[in-house]
Amino acid sequence: MTLLVLCDHDRGVVSDSAYEALTFAKPISDSENISLQAVLIGEGAEEAAKSIISFGVEIVNIATHECLTDYGPEIWSETLTQIANETEAKIIVSSGTDRGNEVLAHVAARLEMPFLANCRKIEINGASSSATRIQWGGSLLEDVTSNAEVQIFSVEHHSLDSKALSSSGGGDIVEFEPDLDPQLTRTLVVDRVVRTHGITLTTAPVVVGGGRGVGSAEGFASLEELAEEIGGVVGCSRAVTNNGWRPHSDQVGQTGTRIAPEIYIASGISGAIQHWVGAMAAKNILAINTDPEANMVTKAGYAVLGDLHEVIPAITAEIRNRRST
Amino acid sequence: MKILVCVKRVPAPGARINVTEDGFEVDSTHLGFTTSPHEECAVEEAVQIAETHDGEVTVITLGPEAAEEQLRYAASVGVNNLVLLPIDEPDWDPQKTADALTKAIIEIEASEGVFDLVLFGNESANSGGFQVGIRVAHRLKRPIVNGIKNIEISDNEVEAHREIDGGFEVYKLPLPAALGVKEGINLPRYPTMKGRLASKKAELKTLEFSAENGNQKRNKLHRPEEQVSETVILGNGPEAAPAIVDLLEELGVLQ
Repeated sequence: MTLLVLCDHDRGVVSDSAYEALTFAKPISDSENISLQAVLIGEGAEEAAKSIISFGVEIVNIATHECLTDYGPEIWSETLTQIANETEAKIIVSSGTDRGNEVLAHVAARLEMPFLANCRKIEINGASSSATRIQWGGSLLEDVTSNAEVQIFSVEHHSLDSKALSSSGGGDIVEFEPDLDPQLTRTLVVDRVVRTHGITLTTAPVVVGGGRGVGSAEGFASLEELAEEIGGVVGCSRAVTNNGWRPHSDQVGQTGTRIAPEIYIASGISGAIQHWVGAMAAKNILAINTDPEANMVTKAGYAVLGDLHEVIPAITAEIRNRRST
Repeated sequence: MKILVCVKRVPAPGARINVTEDGFEVDSTHLGFTTSPHEECAVEEAVQIAETHDGEVTVITLGPEAAEEQLRYAASVGVNNLVLLPIDEPDWDPQKTADALTKAIIEIEASEGVFDLVLFGNESANSGGFQVGIRVAHRLKRPIVNGIKNIEISDNEVEAHREIDGGFEVYKLPLPAALGVKEGINLPRYPTMKGRLASKKAELKTLEFSAENGNQKRNKLHRPEEQVSETVILGNGPEAAPAIVDLLEELGVLQ
């Protein structure tokens, strides 16, 4: 019996979310006394295995096949399903990222088992499980029980810190060659287009966010200037993209990007719940708003009361001033 | 080109979400309802594809009788056919929902031909299960990719782009295919007065199916513990700039 953790990697580089999934799974495998095994699929898996082995896994399953050239939801999930059958998996876990949720939903469809996406807590009690998962992007929680033969969960991204666990003797690497129908390559990634080099909303240490209070597309110039000055990026609320002031790829929130910077500077953003759930993983939040009662102000760790059109340029000027002296 | 869009009626996002006393569902007494945002964009995308490829769009929903409102709205922005799968309970679990939708699609296709493209929202705004579209596509043996923010149709193929950090991935799926669409793929249009009037007369087909319960049971909905944070007011107006920069220095984010 195994607890399988699907570890996402991009051509050999393990994503941070994979470590979250491993950190989440480790205590479950310990308390249930079942073998914790990682699954790495496709090209680069061998390279990725080196980083995974220190997370206390017993076995790293590496799946290779001539069809597994890149990511594809069908081909990855068929592979994971076959490993699950082969190792008699009782629990399958991944991070609640786009890929993690996608692959596990495919696996659940193949195994005809339930899939609980974006869990914060899981308890296994013999043949049944109780989980707490997020709804509404995290503004509501659902307690669910299931007695499915195979329990399939994803872990809410950013809901825990990943930590390297001491390995007892180090894990083994086991190669697995799945039996794949070439037809499943129909959903493989065929190309990638890079739009931005360098930092992005999800990797920036500072995000300078603007909301309805910015007032116009042009109003974002001062936010851009500040972001550039401190090596951050600009984000925005849903009201802004709905007004066509910024592209949707800049949107922070439930239906946009979920960010986790060192600090989020939220200016002119009232803080509607769907925006808040995308920003709440930020380590610090500074709200700049004229309204002291705004949700963003009352929920933020730091706030400045005032007009963002005056405050933001003043921050940029102050930084430049300190740098020149 | 025949396109099907699966949508869900959800409480309008944005407001504080409260739970009923028994903790079993969302208290919708003071909430308006809408089409889940990703799906509203899927409807718009389908209408745009139909406009350029001489197509026909059908919208289907599984939900309470009141979900007729979301179907009529879809008709008001250009959808041709409306199908309602009425249910009595507030929500079906994802496996049960997918089972009923699959049966409905098979029945509709048996009499009216195969849908070239079936669009879903990436996930519903409320329950956020991330799976109904994938389960349906799997049962129909059609390819599906989620997280799509651009769609181009060519002869027997659909090219779809999925946003990733700093760029996008390109997928090319043979038709018939299914896609899970994300908000941002377009800006949905508002209905015209003419559209609104026409939507009132649009024919609405009702289909009923029994479906198997999935192996999961909701025990309770509850609100997460509020993070109690004392907000530190750094100052008022531009005079607060030095205090802000002190904070940025302290956090080590100034390079």
